Amino acid sequence: MKKVKESIAKYIFLIAGIVAIISVLAITLYMFLKGAPALFQVGAPQLLFGTVWKPTAAEPHYGIFYIILSSVVGTLCSVLIGVPIGLLTAVFLTDLTNSSPLGRTVSKILSSAVELLAAIPSVIYGLIGLMVLNPLMYKLEKHFFTGSETHQFTGGANMLSAIIVLAIMILPTVINISASSIRAVSQSLRSASLALGATKLQTIFRVVIPAARSGIMTGVVLGIGRALGEAMAINMVAGGAVNLPLPFNSVRFLTTQLVSEMSYASGLHRQVLFTVGLVLYIFILSINLILTRLRKKGEKAND
Amino acid sequence: MTKKKCRVSELFLYGAIYLCAAVSIVLLAYIIIYVLQKGLKSITPTFLTTVSSARKGTVGIAGNIVNTILIILVTMLFATPIGIGAAIYLNEYAKPGKLVSAIEFATETLSGIPSIIFGLFGMMFFGETLGLGYSILTGSLTLILMVLPLITRNTQEALKTVPDGYRNGAIGLGAGKWYMIRTILIPSAMPGIITGVILAIGRIVGESAALLFTAGSAKLLPKSFLGIFDKIFQSGGTLTIQLYLSATSEGDFDSAFGIAVVLLVIVFAINLITKKLTRRFDVTRNSN
Repeated sequence: MKKVKESIAKYIFLIAGIVAIISVLAITLYMFLKGAPALFQVGAPQLLFGTVWKPTAAEPHYGIFYIILSSVVGTLCSVLIGVPIGLLTAVFLTDLTNSSPLGRTVSKILSSAVELLAAIPSVIYGLIGLMVLNPLMYKLEKHFFTGSETHQFTGGANMLSAIIVLAIMILPTVINISASSIRAVSQSLRSASLALGATKLQTIFRVVIPAARSGIMTGVVLGIGRALGEAMAINMVAGGAVNLPLPFNSVRFLTTQLVSEMSYASGLHRQVLFTVGLVLYIFILSINLILTRLRKKGEKAND
Repeated sequence: MTKKKCRVSELFLYGAIYLCAAVSIVLLAYIIIYVLQKGLKSITPTFLTTVSSARKGTVGIAGNIVNTILIILVTMLFATPIGIGAAIYLNEYAKPGKLVSAIEFATETLSGIPSIIFGLFGMMFFGETLGLGYSILTGSLTLILMVLPLITRNTQEALKTVPDGYRNGAIGLGAGKWYMIRTILIPSAMPGIITGVILAIGRIVGESAALLFTAGSAKLLPKSFLGIFDKIFQSGGTLTIQLYLSATSEGDFDSAFGIAVVLLVIVFAINLITKKLTRRFDVTRNSN
C-alpha cells in the first residue's frame, strides 16, 4: 500500500514537471501552425520585406518590413540608453556605497526604488508616457518641423517617446543583474588592483567590470528581450502608424501591431497578424538561446 | 599635468555615476507623486464600490476589482500545485539527465516569453480551439503558463536551503519519501513557496497584454454570490485592462489615474510583503 502511494506521488510530481515542457511545445507548435500559412499565401518576401501595410484596402498589401525594423531599432536604441545608465547605477550600488554607513543606507533605498520600479505595471508607464512624454515630444516636434512640408505631425506620439519608455522599463532588469554579477567579483581582485596603485574608478572600470562581463551581458540580453516583448506601454505612446523608424515618426512595433489590430482583423489579415506574432516569437527564442549560452559560459567561468 | 587631467576625468565619471544612480530614485518619486496628484481625487466610495453607470453618470471599478480577484484565484488554484510539484520533482526525485535539463530549459523559456505571445496563444488555444471564448477562465489558463516559472523557481530555491539532514533523518526514521516531503520539506520551504505565490499574484495584478485577447474587457459585477461561478466562464476585464481602455479608447484620464493609484497601492503592498517574507526566510536559513 505504501509503495503504491509512493509511486503515485512520484508520477504526479513528474507530470507537474512535464507541464512546462508541454506548454513550451504547444506554444511553439501553435505559433508556427498559425503563423506560417500567411507566409505562403502572401509570399514570404512580399510579407517580410514589403513596406506597404494596407490590410483593409480593396487591394490589400501586407508588408511588415517597417514593423520589424521599428521593433529592432526601438529595442536597440532603448538598450543603448538604458544599459549605460543601468550599469553605472549598479556600480554605484555595489562599489561606491559600501564603505560608509550612510552609503549603505543610500544603497538600500536605491535598491528598494529599483524593485518598486520593476513592480509598476506597464500600463502605468504607458499612461504617464502618454500624459507627460508625448506633450514634451510635441513641443520638440513643433520646434524642429514648423514649416516642413513633408513631415506628418504626430502630436508627440512617436518613436522617441517609445524609446524613452522602453529604456526606463528595462532599467531594473539591467541594474539588478549587473549589480549581482559585479558583487560576485572576488574582493581579492579589487584589493590587488588597488594595491598596485589604481584608483577606485580605475579598479571598477578596468578590473571589476571586465571580470563581471558575462553577467552584465546576461543583463543586457534580458533587457533586449524585455524591450522587444513590451506591448501595452509603447502601444500607448508610439502613435501607431506603420512608418520608417525615424525619431519623430509615428511607428508600430511587432507587439503593438498585435495589440491594435487583433481585435478586429479577420481572414488573411488575421493570419498575417499571426505571422507577426511568429516573427516576434522567433526573435524571442533566439534571445533565449543566447541567454542559455551566456549562462553556461558564466557557470564555466565560476568553476 | 597628466595627473590633473586624470583627476578631471575621474570627477566627470563620478558625476556621471551619481547622476545615473539618481535617475531611478527621481523617476520613482516622480511617478508616485504624479499618479497620486492626478488620481487621488478620483478615489471615492462610488469609484471603488460601484460599476460605471451611464444613467447616473458615475464611474466605478468594482467589477474590475472582482474580475482581478477572480483571475488571481483561478490562476493560483492551478499554478500553485503545478509549480510546487514541478519543483519537488526537479529537486527530490529526478536524477540529473536529459529530462531534468529539458524541464529546466522549458521553464527558462517560459519565463522569457513576452506576455503578448502568451495572450496570442491563449486566445488561439484556450479561446478558440477549446472554445472557451473571451472569459476569465481563458485568461487564467493563459496566466498559469506565465506564472509557473516564478513559483517553480522560488520553490526550488527554498527546497535547496532545506538541509539534507532533515531528509536523511526522516527517511532514517522509516518515513516514506512522500510522507517526508509532505511533513518535513514543504513546511520547511513554506516561506519560499509563499514568496513565489505572492510574486506571481503581483505579476497577475500588473498583467495586461496577456489578458486583452483572453479575458476580454467586460466590467459588470456578478449578479449574486453563485453568479461568481458563471462569471468565470464570461468575459471580465481586470484593473489594468480598464486602465488601458480608459486612457485610450474611452479618453477618461481621471478614471485611468484613479485605477493607477489603486494598482500602485496593490503592487507596493505586495512588494513590502515579499520583502518581509524573504527577510524572515533568510533568518531561518542563516540559523541552520
